[in-house]
Amino acid sequence: MRDFIAYLFGKGRGRSVRAQMRRMRGREFLSRVYRNKTAFAGSVIVLVFALVALIGQSVVRFDLGVTGQTGAERWLPPSAAHWLGTDHLGRDLFGFLVAGAGVSMLVGAVATAISMVIGTVVGVVSGYFGKWIDVLLMRLTDFMLCIPWLPLCMVLAAILGSSLVNIILVIGLTGWAGSARLVRAQTLSVKEMAYVERTVSIGAKSGHIMIKHILPNVFPVVFANTVLSAAAAISTETTLSFLGLGDTSRPSWGMILYYANATSAVAKGAWWYFLPAGVCVVLVVLGLTLMSYAFDEILNPRLKER
Amino acid sequence: MEAQTKLLDVKGLRAYFRMGKGALRAVDGVDFGLDYGEALGIVGESGCGKTTSALSICRMLPREGYIAGGEIFVEGIDYARLSDDEIRAHRWKDVSIIFQGAMNAMNPVKRVGFQIAEAIELHEGADRKAAMNRAGDLLELVEIPRDRLSRYPHEFSGGMKQRAMIAMALACGAKLVIGDEPTTALDVMIQAQILDLLERLRRERRMGLILITHDLSILGETCDRIAVMYAGKIVETGTVRDVFDRAAHPYTRRLISCFPRIGGEKVVPEGIDGFPPNLIDPPRGCRFHPRCLEARAACREIEPQTRRLSATHSVACHLAEVKS
Amino acid sequence: MSAPLVSVKDLKVHFEVRGGLFSPQKTVRAVDGVSFDIGRGEILSLVGESGSGKTTTGKAILRLVGATAGEVRFEGEPVSRKNSELHEFRKKAQMIYQDPYQSLNPREYVVDIVAEPLDVNGLVDTAAQREERVKQALAAAGLQPPEDFLYRYPYELSGGQRQRAALASSLILDPAFVVADEPVSMLDASIRTGIVKLMLKQRDERGIAYLFITHDLSLAWLISDRIAIMYLGRIMETGNADVIIRRGLHPYTRALVGIMPVPGVERAGKRNLLAGDIPSAASFIPGCKFASRCPTAQEICRAECPELVEAEPGHSVACHFVKGA
Repeated sequence: MRDFIAYLFGKGRGRSVRAQMRRMRGREFLSRVYRNKTAFAGSVIVLVFALVALIGQSVVRFDLGVTGQTGAERWLPPSAAHWLGTDHLGRDLFGFLVAGAGVSMLVGAVATAISMVIGTVVGVVSGYFGKWIDVLLMRLTDFMLCIPWLPLCMVLAAILGSSLVNIILVIGLTGWAGSARLVRAQTLSVKEMAYVERTVSIGAKSGHIMIKHILPNVFPVVFANTVLSAAAAISTETTLSFLGLGDTSRPSWGMILYYANATSAVAKGAWWYFLPAGVCVVLVVLGLTLMSYAFDEILNPRLKER
Repeated sequence: MEAQTKLLDVKGLRAYFRMGKGALRAVDGVDFGLDYGEALGIVGESGCGKTTSALSICRMLPREGYIAGGEIFVEGIDYARLSDDEIRAHRWKDVSIIFQGAMNAMNPVKRVGFQIAEAIELHEGADRKAAMNRAGDLLELVEIPRDRLSRYPHEFSGGMKQRAMIAMALACGAKLVIGDEPTTALDVMIQAQILDLLERLRRERRMGLILITHDLSILGETCDRIAVMYAGKIVETGTVRDVFDRAAHPYTRRLISCFPRIGGEKVVPEGIDGFPPNLIDPPRGCRFHPRCLEARAACREIEPQTRRLSATHSVACHLAEVKS
Repeated sequence: MSAPLVSVKDLKVHFEVRGGLFSPQKTVRAVDGVSFDIGRGEILSLVGESGSGKTTTGKAILRLVGATAGEVRFEGEPVSRKNSELHEFRKKAQMIYQDPYQSLNPREYVVDIVAEPLDVNGLVDTAAQREERVKQALAAAGLQPPEDFLYRYPYELSGGQRQRAALASSLILDPAFVVADEPVSMLDASIRTGIVKLMLKQRDERGIAYLFITHDLSLAWLISDRIAIMYLGRIMETGNADVIIRRGLHPYTRALVGIMPVPGVERAGKRNLLAGDIPSAASFIPGCKFASRCPTAQEICRAECPELVEAEPGHSVACHFVKGA
C-alpha cells in the first residue's frame, strides 16, 4: 500500500526503477482492492461521499440563510424541482444534504487525523521506550479512556462554544486514547522482531528505528483504526449537531436531524426530512467499517508467506 | 494373517491441492509399502510432498486437499475409498500420526493425562477411570513417571512433550505409526532419546513406523528402508545400504553429500543449485532435470518410470543401469 | 601470535525474573562465566543445545543484550556497554540471524534492507552510489543478477535467498567480525552448503572472523577452526575442531560426539544416552553444571565448579578429572 500512496503523491513519475516498481505495485494494490469485494464496496462508498463533500457544493448551491419566501415552499415532499423536498423553512433538502456532507466529511477527516497522529505517536513512543515514559503516557491514556467520550465532547462543546474548529479540536483531542493503546500493543510485538534488533546492531538510532521499522509495521493496525476512528468521528459530530451543540452557522447532517426532530417531522410524516440524512450517516460509517475489516486482509497476507 | 497382508501398501497415490491457479500436484503417483515391525524413512526437502503423503494415509488433508487417485491399503482395506465416518473408525486404532511440531499441539489449559485419556475415551468408548489408567500405562511406556498425568504441558520439557505425543499416538494400539519430523525441533540428545524410544517401541509392539524427515543422517540408524522424494515423486527406494552405498539417482547422491560425515574428509559439499519446481505446472520429463548436472535429452522430455535395480532397490531415472 | 581480534573474559549474563505473588524472584543465569578468544580470520564454533546460552553469548558480545559482568575486548580495546559509544564497534561487528523469515523487515525492498547500514552510518552520498554498493554486496552474496533482487520484498524470496540478502546486508560494511547465530538451521540441507560456502569465501577473501553458533556438531566440525562446547551457560571444552571430535576429553563432549548420527552408518551398539533433561537455567547449581547428568560425577563435582584449564596447547577443558598440562 505504501507504493500506492507514494504513487498517489506523484512519486511514481520518472523512469527510475524504483518509480517503475512503485507504479507497478501501486496498480497491483489497486487490483487487490478491486478483487476483495468488501474492500471494494467500502472504498467506493467512501469515495463517493468524499467526492460529494469536495465538489458537491460547487454543483448544488445551498445557503442556510436562503429560506423559502412563501409558506407554500415549506414541507414540500420530493419532486422534480426539489429532489428531496424542502424543510420547515422551505430550504432545498437535497442541497442541504450535499452541503452537510462537506462538513461531516471534513470533521471526520481532520478530527481523525488529529487523534490518529496523537494516538500513534503516544503508542509508538510509549511502546518503544518503555519504562517511565511508558508508565506516564499509559496512565494519561487510561485517564482519557475512563471518561465517557460522548458526554466529554458534549461538555467541552458546550463550554468552549460550538464553532467548527472547536468541534474538530474537541473530537480530535479526546479520541486518541483507544488508538494509543492499540498502537502500543502492536509496537511491543514489533519491537521484539529480529529485524529490529538487527537494525540496532548496525548502529541505528531510536528515531530511525521507530520511523523506518516500527511505524511501517504497525501501519496495518493504524490504518484499520484510523478508518474506524473516522467513522466514530463522523457519528460523534452528527450526534453533537443533533443535540444542538454543533456549529449552527454551517449545514451538517446532524443539523438536518436536529431540525427534523425540533419541528416534529416524524409526526408530520415528512420522511424526506430525516431519512436521507440518517441513511447517509449510516452509509458512510458502513463504508468505513467495511474498509477497515477488509483492508486488514489486504495489507497483511504477505506476512503469512512462508 | 500378518504374514500374508502387508501392513501398508500405497499404490499410485496422487494428492492434490485446489489453488486459485489450478491444482497443486503435491503428491503425484507414489508407491511405497511397509510390513509389520518395519521402519520406512521418507526423506526429502521442503515441498517434496512427504507430509502430504502422510496426511493422505490418515485422510487428514486440509480443506483444499483431496486424493486425486491411487490406493492406500492398510491391512487390506483401501483407505482412499472409505467415507469420512468409516475412516474415523480406523484412525488412531490402526493408523496414528505424530505431527510436526507436535509438542506444541497440546492444549495448554488441560492436564496431560486428560488429553491422552480423551483419545482413549473417544476412540474406544472407555470410561474415565479406565482411560486414565491406560494413560498412566502409556506414559510409563514412554519412560515418563506416572505421576505426571496430573501436570500441565508447560511443566513438561520439549523432549517429554514429544514423548507424551508418542504416548498419545499409541493410545489406541495403532499398528502403523507415522512420525512427521518428530525430532526436528529437538536437541541432539533429546533427539537420540526419542529415536531410541521409537526403536524400542517398534520392536516390542511390532508396529510399522514411517519416519518422515529432511535429516538424512538419522535414517541410517533408525530405518530399514528409505524412500527419497522430490517434487511429489519418489525418486529412489531401497534398504539403508542400497541408498547410502549404491545411490542410483543423482538427487539422492547429491543429497547424501550435503550431510557432513564427522571424522571423514573435511570437504564442504556441493549443494544443489536452483529451486524445487512449481508443482502446479511441473516441468516436462523428469522433475529433477532442471537442476540435474547429468541431465540428457531424454530427461527433458520423458518422465522416467521406476525400475527395479535389485529385489530391494528401485529408482526412477533414465540414467540408472538395470541389473539383470 | 598476534593479539586476538575478540577476547571474551568471564562474561556473565544474568536475567532477573520477577517473582509472582507466590513465587520468589529468580535469577536466570543464561551465561555464567564464559571466556574465549577469536583471532583474525578465525572461525570459532560455539556448540551447545538449547538453553546452553550460546545465542545470548553472541548477543552479549555485540552488546545487543546487556552483560551483567565480564569483559569483551575488540581489537585490543574494551567494548563499552553504553549504546552511545558503540558507533565504531558496530560498523566492524555484525550479526546474522537464524530465522530468515523474521530478520528482514517485510515491508522494505531488498535494496533498502541491504543499504540500511550505509544509510544509518551516512556512508553514501548519492542514490547511484548506494545502488552500486548494494548490487556489489548482493552479487558477492550469490544473488545474481543483482538487479533482479533490488526491488523485491522479502516474502518474494526463498529462505536461502533471504539468508543471502541478510548476509549481504551484514557484509556491506566490511566488518572484521560476524556473529552467525544458527544461520542455516532453518534451511534445507541442499541450500545450507551454499550459504556456508559463502561465509567461508568471505573469510578467505576478506579475513572476516566468525563466531558460528550452532547445535549441529557435524556442521561445526566441517567449517570451523576451533570449537567451544557450551553447557548451561559455561564452556566445557575448547579446542581445535578435529581434536574436539576425535579426542574430546570432557564427558559432555564425548556424549555429544557419541550420539551424533553419521549418515549411512548403522549404529553398532546401544546409544550412549545422557539421562534426563537439561536443568533449568534459573536453578542455582553450585558445582559443575554438568554434574547432574555426568556418568562419572563425584562429590567434588557437585560442590565445586571446575575452571577451564589447558590440558594441552590449544585444548582446554573444564573438568575436575582432566588435569592441566
